[in-house]
Amino acid sequence: MPFLELKNVSKGYGAKDERTEVLRDINLQIEKGEFVAIVGYSGAGKTTLISLIAGLAKPDSGTLTLNDLEITEPGPDRGIVFQNYSLLPWLTVYENIYLAVDQVFPNWSAAKKQQHTDKYIAMVSLSPAREKRPAELSGGMRQRVSVARSLSIDPQILLLDEPLSALDALTRATLQDEIVRIWETDKKTVVLITNDVDEGLLMADRIIPLSAGPNATLGPSIQVDLPRPRDRKAINHNTRFQEIRREVIDYLLGTGARQRTTVTRKLFLPDIEPEDLSVPRNLFRKRPVRRQEIKTETMEIS
Amino acid sequence: MKDKFKFDWLLLPLLGAAFVLIIWTATSATWAKGLPSPVKTWTGSKLYIEKPFEKRGEQDQGILRFTWYSLQMVIKGYLIALIVGTPIGFCLGLSKTFGKIFDPIIQILRPVSPLAWLPLGLILFQRPGPSALFTIALCAMWPTVLNTAVGVRAIPQDYLNVAKVLKLSRWKTLFKVMVPATLPYMFTGFRLSLGIAWLVIVAAEMLTGSPGVGGFLWQEYNSLIYEHIILCILTIGITGFILDKLMGLMEKRFKTA
Repeated sequence: MPFLELKNVSKGYGAKDERTEVLRDINLQIEKGEFVAIVGYSGAGKTTLISLIAGLAKPDSGTLTLNDLEITEPGPDRGIVFQNYSLLPWLTVYENIYLAVDQVFPNWSAAKKQQHTDKYIAMVSLSPAREKRPAELSGGMRQRVSVARSLSIDPQILLLDEPLSALDALTRATLQDEIVRIWETDKKTVVLITNDVDEGLLMADRIIPLSAGPNATLGPSIQVDLPRPRDRKAINHNTRFQEIRREVIDYLLGTGARQRTTVTRKLFLPDIEPEDLSVPRNLFRKRPVRRQEIKTETMEIS
Repeated sequence: MKDKFKFDWLLLPLLGAAFVLIIWTATSATWAKGLPSPVKTWTGSKLYIEKPFEKRGEQDQGILRFTWYSLQMVIKGYLIALIVGTPIGFCLGLSKTFGKIFDPIIQILRPVSPLAWLPLGLILFQRPGPSALFTIALCAMWPTVLNTAVGVRAIPQDYLNVAKVLKLSRWKTLFKVMVPATLPYMFTGFRLSLGIAWLVIVAAEMLTGSPGVGGFLWQEYNSLIYEHIILCILTIGITGFILDKLMGLMEKRFKTA
């Protein structure tokens, strides 16, 4: 009996006439302790798939079961790491995690809850940033907090929804290693959703491509039988790695892409920059800026 | 051009003040003989400014004492506005049905002038004090109501998802997630509400004749002491400015992310 099972799951959005099926006939079986990566195009419905597993959305047809129980609503037995961190900005790192711990283990003593929270902050090496608010942290650090929060509630399964795609390549690599390290000590069941084939291959036991939407469905599941720990430099020359990689990419570009429909639509953004409301209101407030007037753009790289 | 002189933050506003003073002097000297000149205003108001808290009689008190009366009234009315307005705003933001039921009424009541509410208050409460409070609360409530509603609607879905995944109870979701997420909007509403409350108190005092800056202003107009009118106008303006600045500081403190 698989631990997590999706049977003929379909999900669409929109009213009757303009209805688009996002996911169709999704069948997926995941064993306990397995690390499964689902790779697919952006917009293919990956986030919809994870929302279904999380219980944040309901399938139109088909059933989802976790541990023989049907998934009907969200709950702390499934820890989710969202792409955009979803930390509460008015709470510190400690408070964000404590909120979750306090909610899931209400019967513990205060001291035990504190100790538990600190343990998970330490697990993602954020102890020095314990009292900081999310706004003071870099993207990678925020995602670590999010991972720690999801793990702290001791979920049966960890759902990672493109957790690293908003991060720069270096931070990404360190966090990949860190998540694998945590998984190896914890042996939690993990579903990783990603658009990066290499990321899936580096981290997961099994990799499943998701075809392009609409009507996205899962392709053949491929076992990643590469020995761990996987070294990201050496693995590039591993023939088995190259084989699996080719197989996944072939599916995504071939069969999976065939049903892709092209939609051309010109999108016009308003030619104006949002106004900064934190500037005090007085006579000398700068007038709104038009996009075409902006000559330089500054970017922050952490 | 930048940082040419260090005192421009002081000099430039003084320049503006000087400009107004010149126009004022010119006006009082030429076509509006009734308007007291700046010098005359100062000599006439000196006693009220130099002994701001003195009470010489019921209608003859230092200017800050009058301001204090007005402020007490404003604070009471303002607090009523906040206590009533914030929950209404939350309900409007949370429930579409509630919004559809009450939005038209709010849109109609919102633009009604304080001068129109005051007689109704007098009918309801018979006494000037409570009716002034009624008027202040009713007029000052709307920015709080509307901003809170907008803030609630603007809560990012992510935060609500966190609450859902953790299965926070309704109360916990409200106080741990929704209220903190709405606070910045609420404070913008609070700030606008305070400005309106301060506007309304003057009008209310003029009509009810209760002691305060507005009442003093009207009484001095009737006694033909025009210097004091200008003194009152300046006091009202400065007090309003200070109140707004204080709320601005509060707003900044509660700003999240």
